[in-house]
Amino acid sequence: MQDMTSGKPVVTDTTSTILDRAAEAAARATPDTLAKKVRGLSDRMVAWIFIAPTIVLLLAINIFPLIWAIQLSFTNYRANRPNEEIKNVGLQNYSRILNDADTWMAMQATAHFVFWTILLQTLIGFSLAYLIDRKFRGHAFWTTIILVPMMLSPAVVGNFWRFLYEPQIGLFTYIVSFFTGIPTTDILMLSSVKLAPWAIIIVDTWMWTPYVMLICLAGLRSIPDYIYEAAEVDRASNWRQFWSITLPMALPFIMLAVLFRGIENFKMFDMVNLLTGGGPGSTTEVASITLKREAFEKWRTGFSSAFAIILFVAVFGLANIYVKVLNRVKSR
Amino acid sequence: MSAAAHSVVEPSSTSKRIAGTLIILYALISMIPLFWIVATSFKTPPDSIAYPPKILFTPSIEGYCNLFTTRTRQTPEYINALPPAESFCDETVRKRNMVIAGPSNFLPRFLNSVIIAFGSTFCAVFLGTLAAYGFSRFRVPLADDLLFFILSTRFMPPIAVAIPIYLMYREVGLSDTALGMILLYTAVNVSLAVWLLKGFIDEIPREYEEAAMIDGYTRLQAFRKVVLPQATTGIAATAIFCLIFAWNEYAFASLLTSGTAQTAPPFIPTIIGEGGQDWPAVAAGTTVFLVPILVFTVLLRKQLLRGITFGAVRK
Amino acid sequence: MKSTLKVSLGLAAGLAASTAMTGASQAEDLTLCWAAWDPANALVELSKDFTTQTGIGMKFEFVPWTNYADRFLNELNSKGKLCDLIIGDSQWIGGSAENGHYVKLNDFFDKEGIKMSDFVDATVVGYSQWPKNTPNYWSLPAFGDVVGWTYRKDWFSRPELQQEFKAKYGWDLDAPKTFAQLKEVAEFFQNREIDGKKVYGASIYTERGSEGVTMGVMDVLYSFGFKYENPDKPYEMEGYVNSDKSVAGLEFYKSLYDCCTPPGASNSYMGEGIDAFKSGQVAMHMNFAFTWPGLQKDEMVGGEKVGFFANPAGPDGEKLAQLGGQGISVVSYSDNQDAALQYIKWFANPEVQKKWWSLGGFSCLKAVVEDPTFPESQPYAKTFLDSMAIVKDFWAEPSYASLLQASQKRFHDYVVAGQGTAKEALDGLVKDWTEIFEDDGKI
Repeated sequence: MQDMTSGKPVVTDTTSTILDRAAEAAARATPDTLAKKVRGLSDRMVAWIFIAPTIVLLLAINIFPLIWAIQLSFTNYRANRPNEEIKNVGLQNYSRILNDADTWMAMQATAHFVFWTILLQTLIGFSLAYLIDRKFRGHAFWTTIILVPMMLSPAVVGNFWRFLYEPQIGLFTYIVSFFTGIPTTDILMLSSVKLAPWAIIIVDTWMWTPYVMLICLAGLRSIPDYIYEAAEVDRASNWRQFWSITLPMALPFIMLAVLFRGIENFKMFDMVNLLTGGGPGSTTEVASITLKREAFEKWRTGFSSAFAIILFVAVFGLANIYVKVLNRVKSR
Repeated sequence: MSAAAHSVVEPSSTSKRIAGTLIILYALISMIPLFWIVATSFKTPPDSIAYPPKILFTPSIEGYCNLFTTRTRQTPEYINALPPAESFCDETVRKRNMVIAGPSNFLPRFLNSVIIAFGSTFCAVFLGTLAAYGFSRFRVPLADDLLFFILSTRFMPPIAVAIPIYLMYREVGLSDTALGMILLYTAVNVSLAVWLLKGFIDEIPREYEEAAMIDGYTRLQAFRKVVLPQATTGIAATAIFCLIFAWNEYAFASLLTSGTAQTAPPFIPTIIGEGGQDWPAVAAGTTVFLVPILVFTVLLRKQLLRGITFGAVRK
Repeated sequence: MKSTLKVSLGLAAGLAASTAMTGASQAEDLTLCWAAWDPANALVELSKDFTTQTGIGMKFEFVPWTNYADRFLNELNSKGKLCDLIIGDSQWIGGSAENGHYVKLNDFFDKEGIKMSDFVDATVVGYSQWPKNTPNYWSLPAFGDVVGWTYRKDWFSRPELQQEFKAKYGWDLDAPKTFAQLKEVAEFFQNREIDGKKVYGASIYTERGSEGVTMGVMDVLYSFGFKYENPDKPYEMEGYVNSDKSVAGLEFYKSLYDCCTPPGASNSYMGEGIDAFKSGQVAMHMNFAFTWPGLQKDEMVGGEKVGFFANPAGPDGEKLAQLGGQGISVVSYSDNQDAALQYIKWFANPEVQKKWWSLGGFSCLKAVVEDPTFPESQPYAKTFLDSMAIVKDFWAEPSYASLLQASQKRFHDYVVAGQGTAKEALDGLVKDWTEIFEDDGKI
């Protein structure tokens, strides 16, 4: 717990007379014991009344189902066969998943997607943030415009991108064909095994680069001016300033953006499901789509629970390792 | 995001100009798909699938007519025998040898979206504010673990969460109900809400409340009259995030609702014409669905920026 | 804070009102669930008579084919009350019967004097019975459907094209009699310029998400000699599913996809097929018969311009076609089962069935389809009868969804994504299917 009783600077923008009086009163450094004698509910009670509903809700909607899923993952249960006897199959589901070539194909597709989206979004996002940080006239307005794609529903917009990618009538294909001269009928963004993985990467990058940009912007603005001033005094070139000040100091933020996007895209379902549905063949079948097929089309509930647990552990494990690295970078 | 932070090392005007041009260029390019959605929604079906894509066209609201109605094909004789068309939509549809058979499911689905998104946002922010205050101000046993646990629930892929939820809702009869969806979205959002709001409340000096309590307020009164007004910005920022999530959510909605409580995101991709997707109608549905979020983004951009960057800084 | 409170109160009230409203309307009206397609619109039209007669209102929940199985099986498995009546796909019957989603109709049929022998035999077996070929009925055959082909009669009859075709292939350009001929015709039209527009050979099923590519591939494979299992030893699939004949059939399907389909048709099912044919992109078009009334009526390609033909023969002269179509069932979780049964009783009436056919619904009642005037009643009626005579269906086992998922993956990986060989795809399919039946304890 953070302790705020030590006199920290006040960082609020709104003021009112009550608050001013309160602040003055606080400044008089009231002894702790007095505060505890106030009327009404005891603090302990208030604390529990405030926290308990959230905990209860999370227990009911998150934890209880998770435990249930863990238990189911050791069985052959199928949610569409209520009359069938549930057998305990031990670790069979887990070993089947880990030895299944299809699982690894899905993991590969996911890794490809996560890697390239993160790379592109970080590069473009950071560049945009760097440019916006030049604070040209009207930058606030254009920042808002750039943010719009990330506010939209990936499912609804992903569905519309299918139209943009249509080989004969799609705007995207038309524009690409216009600039490259390749006939539109050869630009099969969703049908070609080679292009489909890029089709989903393009849409994700379009949607989420603004997010990375914002976090990078926060990072750039957190760099104190005096460091640049000192560099100016040392006559360090802009190039040098960028590599020795800007980038290292913004790095924790960039890494954070990578973490957030990494987790989100590892879970990716909606946009890809509507855009390619995993096809052609299984080229864009990311892990969540495989999981959905197992759980809600084949109804192998036990099996898919095991898969879900594996995915969960994987995200959790990777994220934890990453956070350790991140903290090391931060503390440097 | 304070804009005045860098005033000392001011970039040169050339670099400003280049930066401005590039940013504007990017912004315009990234707007093309959105522009196309809105443009397509005002095209006739033949215009929408014309090659090369039509940038200039005569606007039509046929897409919107098709979005809100269901139609059946009839013979010209049947149509000629009908009384004169009552509305513009009637007329448009009859030109294609069809008659309006009734309203489509879009409006109920859109209303479901409104009820579920706003309902769950309210619940999540309400619970989140209380819990965040609790964590911020009181010594809660195992607080760090609890907070981490609360946050970690967001790491799970939605499909993984949906499997046991599906079974549970089936047992208790919450499948395909607005209540079930509100509970679920609240649970998903409350983790983010607690996490964000704790940061905002931590910023409010606790001396304020203590002073108020010395003045005779109870703890609850102090919370309501001192802390809440101070936390409004934070609460607004949090609410927008929760709302955007709940409004846009697809995976849970497509797996846990089938009709009565289905929201718009799983519905819009299923709008079809006589063959495949009726693109003007899909575009019209998409436009109608995006407008509220666009308005929110523009109106509340400051809080939004603060929420995102703040979330980043906190971790 | 006060305004927030007000808003929330308003929301809560609205919520309560909306749930109350849906509760109220459910007691009055019946909800019928089906796919969103032309026949469903015809059924809306037809059902108006039911409402007039009984005063029971009808509501409809139609979902596109690509989401249909997904959505409604999910709904049934969640014991949902959305649908009182459901027109469920033929392959669902096993699972829905065994898991209690559907009300068994035997007693009701006996009581109301509805005889299954009055319906076309293939549809009774296909849509109503579980286990197959036993007198246990779970639905009333509602809509007969089968995969067949449409072609552009106007293009086929152009003298210059006929001449060129004859010179090239040595036979008269006409609706193909064999799949080999079909391929030649498709090749002939592929990338040809007709009326200033580039056209393509054929539109075939390639959809990945639901059942598209399987329906298309199977439709061809049957005639090539594919068998699901050893006729003497159920569930023995080695040497049947992956026989040399099946391999040849699958290779044929891929070659058809590679040579003769429109660009980007990698995820095409019924809707996309209709669009391709209606927009004048293709010379031939594989699709379920339900599309025929709509295409016949179409202003652009209908009337004299469209022709119909049943599945052509395979290399050994065998002719089979993929069964589609559905029966109408009462959902066991519904609160309105009596009214739902009343609807089925009304629907089984011969007069209603006749009107059903005239509106574009493919009736399964013998009195309708065996009527001497039937083959002449519509240009496609005879092709429909010919096709219904040669139907074969996919597995209708309770594990149908898993079996289908396996074939969707294997076929799409091979046909569209071009991975591996046809033999590998079918060997893999035998392995997947064997595993599924082992899990079920059937082997």
